[in-house]
Formats: sequence, structure tokens, C-alpha cells
Amino acid sequence: MKNKNSSKMSLAMLAPIYIFTIAFVALPIIYMFVLSFLKQAESWGVVYEFTFKNYLDILEPIYLTTFIESFKLAVLTTLLVIIIGYPFGYFMAKLSAKWRGRMMLLLMVPFWTNSLIRLYGWIIIFRANGPLDKILMFLGITQEPLKLLYTYPAVVVGMVYALVPFMILAVYSSVEKMDWSLVEASRDLGASAFEAFRTVTLPLTLPGLLSGIILTFVPSMGLFFIADILGGNKVVLVGNVIQEQLMKAHNWPFAAALAVILMLMTSILIYTYRKITKVNELEGIL
Amino acid sequence: MSDIILKLENISKSFGDTHVLKGIDLEVSKGEFVTLLGSSGCGKTTTLRIIAGLETADSGKVYLNGTDVTNLEPNKRNVNTVFQNYALFPHLNIFDNIAYSLKLKKVDKAERKRIVSDALALVQLEGYEKRTPGELSGGQRQRIAIARAIVNQPDVLLLDEPLGALDLSLRRQMQLELKKLQKQLGITFIYITHDQEEALNMSDRIAVMRNGNFEQIAHPNDIYNNPRTSYVASFVGSANVLSGVVEKVKDGVAKVVTAYGVCFVNCGKYTVNTDQKVNFAVRGENILINKSDSETGLSAVISDVNFVGNMLRTTLKLSDGNEVVATKHGITSEYSVGQEVKFTFEPSSAVFVDME
Repeated sequence: MKNKNSSKMSLAMLAPIYIFTIAFVALPIIYMFVLSFLKQAESWGVVYEFTFKNYLDILEPIYLTTFIESFKLAVLTTLLVIIIGYPFGYFMAKLSAKWRGRMMLLLMVPFWTNSLIRLYGWIIIFRANGPLDKILMFLGITQEPLKLLYTYPAVVVGMVYALVPFMILAVYSSVEKMDWSLVEASRDLGASAFEAFRTVTLPLTLPGLLSGIILTFVPSMGLFFIADILGGNKVVLVGNVIQEQLMKAHNWPFAAALAVILMLMTSILIYTYRKITKVNELEGIL
Repeated sequence: MSDIILKLENISKSFGDTHVLKGIDLEVSKGEFVTLLGSSGCGKTTTLRIIAGLETADSGKVYLNGTDVTNLEPNKRNVNTVFQNYALFPHLNIFDNIAYSLKLKKVDKAERKRIVSDALALVQLEGYEKRTPGELSGGQRQRIAIARAIVNQPDVLLLDEPLGALDLSLRRQMQLELKKLQKQLGITFIYITHDQEEALNMSDRIAVMRNGNFEQIAHPNDIYNNPRTSYVASFVGSANVLSGVVEKVKDGVAKVVTAYGVCFVNCGKYTVNTDQKVNFAVRGENILINKSDSETGLSAVISDVNFVGNMLRTTLKLSDGNEVVATKHGITSEYSVGQEVKFTFEPSSAVFVDME
């Protein structure tokens, strides 16, 4: 009797969450999925006719190249984010409690600031004869302005800058949970500092690293506004195509098909993560 | 004391303002079982970590097999540790845990397999290779931690309260097994515990530690029967420590005047003089309680009577507020709480402490 009651109670308590999830997560996804198999209407909206055309269109060279370029940029961004973010998160977790709090604050303040505002900051830094050029020329490293704004490297810097906090937090939270006596045990059993890191610390913080990779890789396929603002029209990502198809070409079904493909890639990544780490939650998500 | 395998020379260590070790010396012979006994915070774990190389001493030297290893990294010392929380690698199975050091040493695969299965047989966990640490009970994890630490054939095995997390009956069983294992392998053990019974049971020598110093390093019998200080006397076997002034000495027995009466204490190896202030220790089992109208004995009031294990514990309150605990076999007490009594002991069962 008691069990039945409490299960009814918990159902009642959970109902709002289920309703919210269904209304704002499941239904939009289903809608988008359905949309991706429909036809674009000639003037506005869609025609309710089933077709694979949208998916076949993706295979056209112009869009396929965009996918491949996006993928390359995402891989490069993720690699740089790992190189910067892992050591950062690692050493941050090893600081004293007082300094950890301070570092966290320094990390979070820009994180909470509007990302557009932060991107405009980069425009100022990158533009010809801007602060970066001035400093480099003053130091004699370069002779003339680099004209970094609206180039590929500028987009990469913007991406890495926007996404590195996710990696730092993910790594931080798994390093913070490390039982350091395991590292001592490994040193005691004959491992050098590096061997101990490779055989103990790295495998045990792998969930953090992998979730950081997912949190970096997935958004970097779609962060169209960074490519727009820092790349001019020179760098086109899948996110840019989706935005363009939706807002300018009004081809909703095609935009939906592109989004479905992105979602599929994300799902595969998360599935792999779960297989490798046997953990269901991503580490360090706020 | 030939074949010194480990030597600590004037080791000091501070953490911030806390002096954890205050210049300790220790020599351990090959194959010896030495226990560092002390309450928490006495510096015993720090001593162990300095031997292992997980901590560096502020000053002093560590010699292993005659070589100065003071500044060597832990992986360069042929010493292994059984950690208090076992520290088994959760991401590796039992085989890989035990083979960890062998793999680092590039021992070939077949040999690794043989050594690991030998080690598992030694700790009576044959066939556990494929399990993970999470699937084992506390006692089994303990055995794996030991197996992992001995496959390297270390010069010295350091054990940091290895039985602390086990329940009493398992702890007793493991005490015997560890002792047997140590004899069988001939490896020098340095064993940390705060449990005096464990120390008395297993050790060849006990080093009683207090506030970063050794109070006494001796054979368990010596520690028990001839405690050097009142701390050792009360910590090991919870002896009662009383103080008084020597009135006279005759035939190796001192007549001591205390605040509660007169008693006699064997001088043993010490020379005491008239009017010297002395402390002496008497164990509870050597105290006899008599009626208050007896001619001899020290006066006290019974403050508590209880039954512990198979012993009757009678707590006596002295006039200055100190307490003395007397124990005897059996369950019946002839005295009741609040009763005035006198207690005596044989001069030979009392021993002077704090003489140096």
C-alpha cells in the first residue's frame, strides 16, 4: 500500500518535468524531423508532401564541402581547446581552495557576459592597426599589420575562446574528484611522474576530457555567429548554412534536414562517450 | 643487529608551524617486523611517507641497504607501500593492479602471469584476475593491496594501518596471516597501527611514537613489562601511573610515599635515592583491592564497577581526583560504588618510569 502511494506521489511530483520535456524538447525535435521530409512551398512555408530531396541535396558538393570544412574547423578547435583547457582545468583543481574560488570567478565572469559583446572585443583586437598589430609591431615581431580580422585564424581564435571554458570546467570537475593516493600508489610501485599521469591520472579523468570534447566539438559545428562576425563571409559553417536557409532562403525543410544530420552526429558522439566511460551524465555541465 | 636494511638518521619534518617529526632515529634489520605505534597525529604516517619517498624530510637522512636515498623519488626506491585505503586502481582489473609494477619494469608477459597468480595464491584469492576492485569486499581488497605491493620483492614493505578498516574478527585473522606471510617471504615489514594489541601480537620490535619522537623502541615484552615512560606504560596495556617520593631503599625495593599512602616498588635496573620524586606504573591486573581497615595499601574510593570482555574492571578514585583501574577475572565484585577501600600490589609488579 505504502509503495503504491509513494509511487503515485513521485509521479505527481515528476509530471511537470515530463510535460515540460515533452512540450519543449521532444515535440520540437519531432517537428523538425517531420519538417526535414517535407517540400519547400514556392512562396512561404512548407507543402505537406513526403520527400527525401532535402537529404539528397546535402550531398551536393557545395553543401558537402561545407560539412567537411565545418568538421575540419571543429576538429582543429577541439584540439586547441584540449591543449589549453586540460592543463588549465588540471592545475586549477590542484590549487588551494581560496585560489580555486578566485580562478573560478575569473573564468565565470566572461562566461556569463554576452558572447556577442565579447566577440566585438575580438574585432577591436584583431582589426588592422588594432592593439594586437600595434603590440606585435612594437615588439618587432611583425613589420606591418597582419590584417587578422575576417580570416580563418580569427575564427579559430574566436571559437577556442568561446568554448575553452567548457573544457576547463569539465576537466576541473573530474580532476577535483581524483583520489591522489592512487597517483602516490603508482609512484610507489615504480612509475615516474609522467608514467603515473599516463596510466592513472589520464584514464581516471578521461570522462571529464571526453565530455569536454563533446561540449566543444558539437557547438563548434554550429556557432555560425562567430564565423559571421570574425570571419566575414569567408568562413561558412554548417551553422551558417542552416541560418541562411532558414532566414534568407526560407527553405525550412532543408534547414531541418541539415539540423537533423548535426543532431545525429551529436548523438553518435554521446553514445560513444557512454560506451567508453560507462557514465551517463556529461561531466561539468552547468 | 646485523644487516641493517633501513636506517633513519635525525629525521625532522614540519608542516607549516607544526613540527611533525623532531629528529627521529631508527635502525631496522633485514627481515624484521617493526611496528610504529602511536595515537593519531604522532607522526607515524609521516615517517612512513618519508621512507617511501612520498614526502621529503626537512633534515636528516634515509638509508636503504646502506645507500643514501634521502633525495630519491619514490619510484627509484625499492620500497613498497600498502596504503590505508588500499589505493587499488579502480580502472584496472585485479590482474593489472597486481601486475602494475611488473609492467613498468617490462617483465615479459608469461612471467607476469606467473608472478601474479603466485601472488594471488599467496593471499588466497586464486582466480580473481578478471574482477575489478569495486567487486571485492574490504578484506579481499586488503589482500590484493598486499599482493600488489610484494610482487616487486621490495627491500622493505610499509604498511599504513592496513587492518584499520576491517571488523574485529577479520582483523584478528589478518594479523595472523600477515605475520605468517612476513615470515614466509622474509621481507622487512614496517607496520603502522594505533592498536596496541595488534602491535604486541605481531611485532619483533615496537617503536612507540609520541609528538614526533620515539618514546621507546623495544621488544614487545620489554615495552609491556618495562615501559620507559609513563606514556608508554599507559598507552600500551593501559597501566596506571602514580607518583610519590622515595623514603628509603632497601634490598632493591623502594619505599615510596604517595598522597594516598605508602607502597613499595622494585627498583629494577634503576638506582633511586632517598627524597627522589618518582613515577611508577602498575597494571590493573596486578592491583588487589582490600577493605579500608587493612593495615597496608593506598586509600581510594570505588567509583565504578563494570564488566568488560571476561574481566571485571573496577575504577578507583584517589583523593587528588586521579583514577586507577583494577582488573580481575570473574564477574562478582565484593565492593560497591562509593565504598572506601585500600589497594595494594606486589613490589615486583610495579616499575619506575620517566627515569631518564
